[in-house]
Amino acid sequence: MIAIVDYGLGNIANLSNALHFLGYEVRVTNKVSELEAADQIILPGVGHFKDAMNRLNDLNLVPELIKLKESKPFIGICLGMQLLFEHSEEGDVDGLNFLPGQVKKMTCQLPVPHLGWNKLNASLPSLEEDVYFIHSYKVHTDENVVAKANYEEDVVAIVQKDNIIGIQFHPEKSGDKGLQILNQALKGGFNQ
Amino acid sequence: MIKKRIIPCLDVKDGVVVKGIQFKGLREIGDPVDLAKRYNLLGADELVFLDISATQTGNALMLDVIRQTARELFIPMTIGGGLKSIEDISAVLNAGADKVSLNSAALKNPDLINETSEKFGTQCICIAIDAKWEESEQDWFCYTHGGKERTDIRTLDWIKEVEERGAGELLVTSMDYDGMQNGFDHTLLSKIQKEVSIPVIASGGAGSAEDFVSLFLETDVSAGLAASIFHDEDVTIQEVKDLCDTKGVPMRHV
Repeated sequence: MIAIVDYGLGNIANLSNALHFLGYEVRVTNKVSELEAADQIILPGVGHFKDAMNRLNDLNLVPELIKLKESKPFIGICLGMQLLFEHSEEGDVDGLNFLPGQVKKMTCQLPVPHLGWNKLNASLPSLEEDVYFIHSYKVHTDENVVAKANYEEDVVAIVQKDNIIGIQFHPEKSGDKGLQILNQALKGGFNQ
Repeated sequence: MIKKRIIPCLDVKDGVVVKGIQFKGLREIGDPVDLAKRYNLLGADELVFLDISATQTGNALMLDVIRQTARELFIPMTIGGGLKSIEDISAVLNAGADKVSLNSAALKNPDLINETSEKFGTQCICIAIDAKWEESEQDWFCYTHGGKERTDIRTLDWIKEVEERGAGELLVTSMDYDGMQNGFDHTLLSKIQKEVSIPVIASGGAGSAEDFVSLFLETDVSAGLAASIFHDEDVTIQEVKDLCDTKGVPMRHV
């Protein structure tokens, strides 16, 4: 069973739809017992970084998430990926600090949010697909990067460090190719 | 490189897709979920549903359409039409919409843009604008209620205000060009995209695949939206994308 962490932010319905479509059993929950019973954890999220951290803190979920990432596959998607890092400019707050890196506002001349279908650049050929992005902040890190996209500047699109995976775009909204990438993340990820 | 998006728009009334010619004389087209599936297979980059039902029963049918579509299709979906409150917006987002488009309600109560973008994130707030040129004023004005009521708000002022208030995207329909199938309103769209840094979806006037090529070569907008030409199969999304590619406008292919 896959647990999607429910902290009141983000379009959990669509992520849940995609996982059902792929044949997984899914539970949307913030109960510690259910999170601990899950085989894998997905941290979703859409919205404001500070708001997200506040909600996780209000639900007392941060210590629990720290424990879970020690023992289970842990996937952060969109804002959920950004939360895995040290700190964000959005609200000037610290994140979960599972991975080294900073989240900063995008400053390119092209329209922001970075919105639409953009191609992934990766050493893994199965990742070289157009996927759907929608975000205004991006992760700055040199470590654990699996795939990037180009939007006037490099955008970190997938990171993986052992059992921890971050996906900046929306695999659940990236058509069939997106579902394949989501499935690959759930089957151990991208580090061959 | 980011791809220009091709977006079919489905106007839904009481659970059935319809499309007007210059906002008048509606005719029935078909089942929204079936159409959505067909467009997905043909390469639609996104779907826009505009609910033009005037009744609560119609709105409830729309929520069913969203739920059913979201279970089967995994591309972005924007819902507009008659959304007035945080509760309305919550309902369609919970049903599976990714973005909402606000028009009349935002013009009437601009604070709604701030409130909703703070609550749901700027990325899911798309402001829809129906703009019409006024010769005597030499300017564009915003219209509400599906183009029926003129406001005193100038379009070029409004776009800057909505961006400041937290809109994540604009969906701009030229009422002068809508339904004419003579191409998009490049003058209006270029002016708008120069004034804002958020993405703009162009709407109104698509009559051929060439119209999309010209739109993307002559303006900086991010996406082109159309209804009639896709519904009537005058041209398919696939044909539009193939032509764009050969003319140097990169597209996503399924």
